[in-house]
Amino acid sequence: MAHGPAKGIGRWLFTTNHKDIGTLYLWFSFAMFLLGGFFAMVIRAELFEPGMQIIKPEFFNQMTTMHGLVMVFGAIMPAFVGLANWMIPMMIGAPDMALPRMNNLSFWILPFAFTLLASTLFMEGGAPNFGWTFYAPLSTTYAPDTVNYFIFAMHIMGASSIMGSINIIATILNMRAPGMTLMKMPMFVWTWLITAFLLIAVMPVLAGAVTMMLMDINFGTSFFNAAGGGDPVLFQHVFWFFGHPEVYIIILPAFGVISHIIPTFSRKPLFGYSSMVYATASIAFLSFIVWAHHMFLVGMPIGGELYFMYATMLIAVPTAAKVFNWISTMFRGSLTFETPMLFAIAFVILFTIGGLTGVMVAIAPADVQYHDSYFVVAHFHYVMVAGAVFSGTAAVYYWLPKWCGNMYNESMAKVQFWVSFIGFNVTFFPQHFLGLAGMPRRYADYALQFSDWNMVSSIGAFTYGASQLLFLYIVIQAIKSGKPVRDPKVWEGAEGLEWTLPTPVPYHTFSTPPEVK
Amino acid sequence: MSTESNYYVPEQSRLPIMAATGLGFIAYGAGSWVQGGNAMFFLAGALILAFTLYTWFSLVIKENMAGMNSDQLKRSYVWGMGWFIFSEVMFFAVFFGSLYYVRNLALPWLGNETNTLLWDGFEAAWPLMTTPDMVANGEAAQFVGPAENMSFPGWGKLFSWLPLWNTIILMSSSVTVHIAHTAIKNNNRGKFNLWLGITVALGAIFLVLQVVEYMHAYQHMGLTLETGIYGTTFFMLTGFHGAHVTMGTIMLLIQFLRGLKGHFNAEDQFGFEAASWYWHFVDVVWVGLFIFVYILA
Repeated sequence: MAHGPAKGIGRWLFTTNHKDIGTLYLWFSFAMFLLGGFFAMVIRAELFEPGMQIIKPEFFNQMTTMHGLVMVFGAIMPAFVGLANWMIPMMIGAPDMALPRMNNLSFWILPFAFTLLASTLFMEGGAPNFGWTFYAPLSTTYAPDTVNYFIFAMHIMGASSIMGSINIIATILNMRAPGMTLMKMPMFVWTWLITAFLLIAVMPVLAGAVTMMLMDINFGTSFFNAAGGGDPVLFQHVFWFFGHPEVYIIILPAFGVISHIIPTFSRKPLFGYSSMVYATASIAFLSFIVWAHHMFLVGMPIGGELYFMYATMLIAVPTAAKVFNWISTMFRGSLTFETPMLFAIAFVILFTIGGLTGVMVAIAPADVQYHDSYFVVAHFHYVMVAGAVFSGTAAVYYWLPKWCGNMYNESMAKVQFWVSFIGFNVTFFPQHFLGLAGMPRRYADYALQFSDWNMVSSIGAFTYGASQLLFLYIVIQAIKSGKPVRDPKVWEGAEGLEWTLPTPVPYHTFSTPPEVK
Repeated sequence: MSTESNYYVPEQSRLPIMAATGLGFIAYGAGSWVQGGNAMFFLAGALILAFTLYTWFSLVIKENMAGMNSDQLKRSYVWGMGWFIFSEVMFFAVFFGSLYYVRNLALPWLGNETNTLLWDGFEAAWPLMTTPDMVANGEAAQFVGPAENMSFPGWGKLFSWLPLWNTIILMSSSVTVHIAHTAIKNNNRGKFNLWLGITVALGAIFLVLQVVEYMHAYQHMGLTLETGIYGTTFFMLTGFHGAHVTMGTIMLLIQFLRGLKGHFNAEDQFGFEAASWYWHFVDVVWVGLFIFVYILA
């Protein structure tokens, strides 16, 4: 086992090494991030001015759909699986993931799934155009033929997620170094344990939803067709029973990352560790019983509306506990503001804004105004981009020197942070105003009174997009010619098993388990 | 927590990417097949996947027989199988949940007075024999309800009611697989082979009866996938269960063949144990089906 990586392309195709597979996941997710980002740029270019300038409305619908699907399933989820692969074994003192060959399979399914999904853009009838939530009957009766490729791409993508999650759970439950009890696990490991549980619980639900679509489209069943006694609303219930836990699948690992970065740069241990663990578990539990808050306007009985409204608001409690814990960690710490910390602080502020608009849209009577408007678009981009993507970026800056032994260029990275931060807010803050003023989401054109803020939003989007190219440059530059770091800790305040390993980390680590006191 | 002093990390492997390639072919092939294309890509993918899985499982068995697997890795396999079954539970939960939603919420809403504009005269009932489509469009209806359904036919016909026999068969198979399990725990290989063989046979009989039931439904009862929500839920729930029984039977058959080769003993029989867990799981699903699809109909 004391050998290094294999030579050539075979290293990446046949690897069973968690670090290699983590790297593959991270690069794949970044490629998907650029692809989904390109779709977003097309959307914002079309919305720069009222009227149709660049693309046709049908293609616009394909762009919004593909942007959502690629970003959620191709960019954000694999990015955190990549971080999990890299970090979990190192954090718990394990030599690798529990099931290394299945780990490789989990990754290599993804390029097939997303090649298939993206190739629908060039097929007759065009790519899926029914929104990333693919509501029936838009996605069944009125869908393009390519919907079948979409369905099977989702199936194998789901299989990849389930296998990945089984692997992560088995690793965490079975491979911890002696002495590392559950309540001594790093927060990133805890959040991933709970995320993996959520994934195993809800990816089969997504598989069920797309299977029902497949049957309705091709085999004459009537799950979502009232003519045969089914109900299109059934689709929405099934989808959101998957979809709501899905948003926590995306954000919980982000919470984990932030819970590492803030203590490091505050030079204080995480405040309220056990409350963080319990808050994470509570959020996961609540995520299963709030799904229909996405459906307040579907015609639910009033009792259902009230239940889902109050249950949803409950989520604010454990989430607020987390935010207060992060703030308390920083309180009276000796703070420094390296780039990961800047992104982490921005995360805390902007995620809180997204969380608070979440409480607004949870109020059923008020949601009548917000529903399907740009207010909702602004809300979930504050948690998805400023939440998940910012924390992913922070994680790369934070751990990259550990991985490759080279420091990134701090001043360029700071520029990248400020451009992203400003670009992001210029893009999405005005969308709150647009939504409140009544601009509906998912339309290729809009009324003239929305012109000004749309133009501002588009300019912000191009800025944010450019900042991601800068990010790519900074990362490549760091890997190729960054200043070497040899200190195992890299960051003065860093704590944990992963920082006891040499920098850069050797190909195989912890071939004998460390002792945890 | 780990109690090992040495870890086993497998060498590089070509198998995972072959399996991924197979799945990729299957996804593309199935997508074009269902919309009228040919099945070539699908079949190619299925072949690649089947070959890969065969090789992969053979390798895992060989490694285990060679004593390469640490206790820790064995525990990982146990966790893996357990969580895989949990994911299957959730998959069935979706279809049971949909059945509940349609029967108890959606259909009563379709039949209430506010829907008279769309489906005037439609009455909610379960099993749904007259679809809203038939009420509104008469002869031109696309979704024509079934002529008969699979419900309990009354005590007089109890013993000619196929689902009852299927229940008895599957329940017994859970018992026989447990007897086999106890036998191998006591190192009684002969008894193990016998009762596992009986279990596989019961699984196969169940599947044959299921086919008989489906043929009867299609040919004599007018009950098909296309007969509205009753046919939809009936065939999808029992069909996915049947697919899982097929899987389970194949898994047990493989364990039976391994048993004949003497692969198992009182200390090490997880390959069989995992398959038997899966078998108990498909049994429990069947109990749910028997109650919610057949009896309470």
